[in-house]
Amino acid sequence: MDASATLVPPQGRALHRFANPGRFLRLSGRVLPYLSAAGLVATLAGLGWGLFLAPADWQQGDAVRIMYVHVPAAWLASGGYLALAVCSVLSLVWRHPLADLAAVEIGPVGAGATALCLATGAIWGKPMWGAWWVWDARLTSVLVLFFLYLGHIALVRAFDDPTRGHRAGAILALVGVVNLPVIKFSVDWWNTLHQPSSITLTGAPAMAAEMLWPLLLCAVGFTLGFAAIVTARLRAAVMERRIRALLLAQAQAQAQGSAA
Amino acid sequence: MTRKHRRLAVLLACGLGLGSAAGLTFWALRDSMVFFLPPSEVAAKAPPPGRSFRLGGLVQAGSVVRTSAGSKPVARFVVTDGAGQVTVEYGGILPDLFREGQGVVTLGAMRPDGVFAASEVLAKHDETYMPREVADALKKSGHWNPASGSPPPAALWTAPKSGQAGG
Repeated sequence: MDASATLVPPQGRALHRFANPGRFLRLSGRVLPYLSAAGLVATLAGLGWGLFLAPADWQQGDAVRIMYVHVPAAWLASGGYLALAVCSVLSLVWRHPLADLAAVEIGPVGAGATALCLATGAIWGKPMWGAWWVWDARLTSVLVLFFLYLGHIALVRAFDDPTRGHRAGAILALVGVVNLPVIKFSVDWWNTLHQPSSITLTGAPAMAAEMLWPLLLCAVGFTLGFAAIVTARLRAAVMERRIRALLLAQAQAQAQGSAA
Repeated sequence: MTRKHRRLAVLLACGLGLGSAAGLTFWALRDSMVFFLPPSEVAAKAPPPGRSFRLGGLVQAGSVVRTSAGSKPVARFVVTDGAGQVTVEYGGILPDLFREGQGVVTLGAMRPDGVFAASEVLAKHDETYMPREVADALKKSGHWNPASGSPPPAALWTAPKSGQAGG
């Protein structure tokens, strides 16, 4: 009876290895400095390369350099949401405690990436297209993504009982996943003002190599930076929860002491 | 079946239901989700004069005529998608990227004389990015004429460059 209760299925054991907060803090504390340094170096190198060394576009001129911020931010906005959704599945199905906290911490960072994508897109759109904003399928679906992030941020913090907040937030995040393929394929399914993807997994990139490499370096740097920020926030959240538990235990001990 | 498996099954079922609901919704709305109508569809649907809509396509080579009404510049050009043509008249300043062969999206309405009176012209550029030298080499080698549409695929770009280096 006891032995069967302690037996965890193999895939569950692998998943829950990092659910132990102490192990997570030890491991992430060792990785985080390297992650932050690599993210910072790659971002600075990529931005320097893209903004100063890469050639200007034949028709857009120097305005094309906004791409080196806009495109990584856009990829991260979608990628961050995908991470949020994965955490939500782990939280709903496997009740993974770290996934709950990770979902809470990914939200604001992803919302920031989406806001950066929308802002740089507007700044790029005005001189090139002639409009800050249009209601085409690509722009509208990314705006919906931004609102999904904001809704998730508000919902997970709206309950007195954090578990209920995590549950509700996970359901919202998973419903919003419908939006990800819409964002990706909006420029192919419908006619939009936004141009189709220059870089696809299947075809050759429609971009000169001397512009592609700095863009990819920026994307790597932004992604590492995103991971570093989320890890740092997650560590802070774990420690915060620990301190709260310690304070609670202390208060209880004091209450018992005064009662006796 | 453990509780974990039941939760996973419920989640997958919900995902399947939600996914197909979203798919059906977008399929039903596919005609009204277009940002602009290409000229061939304008010809087929014939929106009534005065009803405003967006018209999108390429600016036909050799069709741009710039005049002015008082102090205001007026441009007249043909928007084409290969299968259809619509003449557009626009009073105002065109975006910098406007040129023959460029994509445009214009907001306006058909006049009774069959000319599209635009109140807004936006430039729609394509997804190719290349340095000026590559564009010049492609033009010089005859691989591409910007007035006739999008540049050739990137695989061809290196050809004129290496030719230049060799010659």
